[in-house]
Amino acid sequence: MLGIEAIDLARVQFAFTISFHIIFPAITIGLASYLAVLEGLWLKTQRDTYRHLYHFWSKIFAVNFAMGVVSGIVMAYQFGTHWSGFSAFAGSVTGPLLTYEVLTAFFLEAGFLGVMLFGWERVGRGLHFFATCMVALGTLVSMFWILSSNSWMQTPQGHDIVNGVVIPVDWMKIVFNPSFPYRLAHMALAAFLSTALFVAASAAWLLLKGRPSPEARTMLSMALLMLAITAPLQAVVGDLHGLNTLEHQPAKIAAIEGHWDNSSGEPTPLILFGWPDMAGEETRFKLEIPVLGSLLLQHSLTEQIPALKEFAPEDRPNSTIVFWSFRLMVGLGVLMIVLAIVGNTLRVKRRLFESRRFLLFTLCMGPAGLVALLAGWFTTEVGRQPWVVYGLLRTADAASAHSAVHLSISLTAFVVVYLAVFGTGVIYMMHLVNKGPGDPSAPALGGPGHHRTPARPLSAANETQTTH
Amino acid sequence: MGIDLSLTWAIIILFGLMMYVVMDGFDLGIGLLFLRVHDEPERDIMMNTVAPVWDGNETWLVLGGAGLFAAFPLAYAVVLEALAIPLIVMLLGLIFRGVAFEFRFKASPERRHVWDKAFIGGSLLATVAQGVALGGYIQGIAFDGVHFSGGALDWLTPFSLFCGIGLLFAYALLGSTWLIMKTEGALQQRMYRITKPLMLGLLVMIALVSVWTPLAYPNIAARWFSLPNLLWFLPVPLLVMLVGWWLWRAITFQDTALPFVLVLALVFLGYSGLGISLWPTIIPPDASIWQVAAPAQSQGFALVGTLFILPIILMYTAWSYYVFRGKVKSGDAYH
Repeated sequence: MLGIEAIDLARVQFAFTISFHIIFPAITIGLASYLAVLEGLWLKTQRDTYRHLYHFWSKIFAVNFAMGVVSGIVMAYQFGTHWSGFSAFAGSVTGPLLTYEVLTAFFLEAGFLGVMLFGWERVGRGLHFFATCMVALGTLVSMFWILSSNSWMQTPQGHDIVNGVVIPVDWMKIVFNPSFPYRLAHMALAAFLSTALFVAASAAWLLLKGRPSPEARTMLSMALLMLAITAPLQAVVGDLHGLNTLEHQPAKIAAIEGHWDNSSGEPTPLILFGWPDMAGEETRFKLEIPVLGSLLLQHSLTEQIPALKEFAPEDRPNSTIVFWSFRLMVGLGVLMIVLAIVGNTLRVKRRLFESRRFLLFTLCMGPAGLVALLAGWFTTEVGRQPWVVYGLLRTADAASAHSAVHLSISLTAFVVVYLAVFGTGVIYMMHLVNKGPGDPSAPALGGPGHHRTPARPLSAANETQTTH
Repeated sequence: MGIDLSLTWAIIILFGLMMYVVMDGFDLGIGLLFLRVHDEPERDIMMNTVAPVWDGNETWLVLGGAGLFAAFPLAYAVVLEALAIPLIVMLLGLIFRGVAFEFRFKASPERRHVWDKAFIGGSLLATVAQGVALGGYIQGIAFDGVHFSGGALDWLTPFSLFCGIGLLFAYALLGSTWLIMKTEGALQQRMYRITKPLMLGLLVMIALVSVWTPLAYPNIAARWFSLPNLLWFLPVPLLVMLVGWWLWRAITFQDTALPFVLVLALVFLGYSGLGISLWPTIIPPDASIWQVAAPAQSQGFALVGTLFILPIILMYTAWSYYVFRGKVKSGDAYH
């Protein structure tokens, strides 16, 4: 009994720390690219609006980045401290992929971040832009490796198992495993969507508060353009990802659909709502549309999708959780598409900045990207259970042998510290948003270390000296 | 068989951890020295000397962890499980320390002291926990060839606690000499005054560890006090004394950059001494790097990229330090 409790605690701790962590990199990925675009536009057009926006968002970026770094180091060590069974079994694959992430992404981000945040007046404009682009590139490269690693755990290939340990055989097959391209595209779009919604909500807040600066308008306009592209695209990519999951992890799809039984021979309906009951082996209170499940997933009017009863009870993921987390994600995705359509329609009618109802909707949708992102990750990670490396290593065999007491204490410590520290950080980010762009103290002059390099001509004349 | 992959990887990991100890050492040392500097503008300066580089410095710790994971997954699993508690404490400390860099300047003036305390507390916690983890590692880890076979508190001994305190001196000394190099005026003078007692403290700690480990751990005694090893390794303690004397003089004559360089040498010598004591063990006291190596396919794949990318990383890291070269003055900041 104690063993079961310990493994549950270890899982809760991992879920808690990684859920908190992923929020920050998702925003980091989106904002870094946004900052590169803003700086590029400023260099091209010389419009102060872009420069003000750059400084505004780079401060928020800095707070967010710091939280991503410190919560990320926890992840790098937690594999060993809490999941030694996994580390010993699959470290030969996961370890090299993480090493590549550190070498090609973390160092790149960290190495150029200093210049990006503190070097505005210390290096030339071109070099500063280069630093911003390198940070943005680093965030994308980081996503590449970590998703490759995660995807290999979902759809492992390219390895042998010798003496109970994974031996890599073909690294191309490992890195580009079957679910990787879909997961990568899905996550990249999720990061851009989450950021666009955050940026749009920030702009909506400033406009609703009666501070309609050109910066706020530009922000909203850019974010809505981004949403118009990414929100519908995400629906397409999500669908492809689902078909890929059906091929490689059918039990996950069965659990997402809350579909238990194929004995009737009927085509699979789509259950809109219901309550999957794991013990009773059925989905209660269900509202379903006949045939639609087969149509969506098999693109057929007759072919069934796999059912949970086809899998042994100990091999079934928890349908109650993934059924609902999936629907939460999809529901929010639909709302994002609605937001994009309404917003861009208003833009065409030139009423974008005046409609209070739309601005309020945009404000409420601010966290929607991150909530959907977390719901999606819960779906894919809980849906992979009871395996940690799909079909190869069960989660129960992956954990370290810590006692429940030990795990309770460390879990409590993580929860308390994360809520206090990251809660405060998010409040600071909101304060920065509330201050708004174009704040006179915004442009960065000087920086720690040496005197300002005089390489820049008198462009600094219209910038004010910074104060704390 | 061309190169010895395990050997190469052990050297890379040792190099990465060495970089971490040196670079995050002075960052953490600055957090410790906040205890002796109460003036807010001076604290601003201290923090600003490392604000653009701390994140890169901390990345070496991630490289150490990831490299160990890649090249010696079994050692990663066993050592990290054994040292889980001090490592978790270190991670929590690093969280407080890391966010303090950003939060301190974002907080309202009356709340800033909270993040000063987080910076100090986080640095203290991370430093002591690293020292304790190091001590727990040196003294040996119960390993049955497959799993960690000891208890959750095996690491907790007088020796490991002593190492925790010892590391405080090392990091504070790195911090004080870094600040001598990067600041001027009253703050710099205060750092000159603090450095001598810190140095004496560190030398005493090094001496005690040098006596304690061979007495307590026969294999370490055998490593040092057998011929011809003794002749090969004798320069290490002699060099420590020489560097100590030189550092004393550099402080007395108020050299600017030399003290930091000498402390780097001192830390490097201490690190070498440790390496001599343990090599080629990776799970002390018995398991060697070859016993717990990852498959050659893993070590080789990761090595190709590492050897290619590491020099580039060192280049742009050096460039970043170059951009932020020179003294930090009051009012220099982006915040």
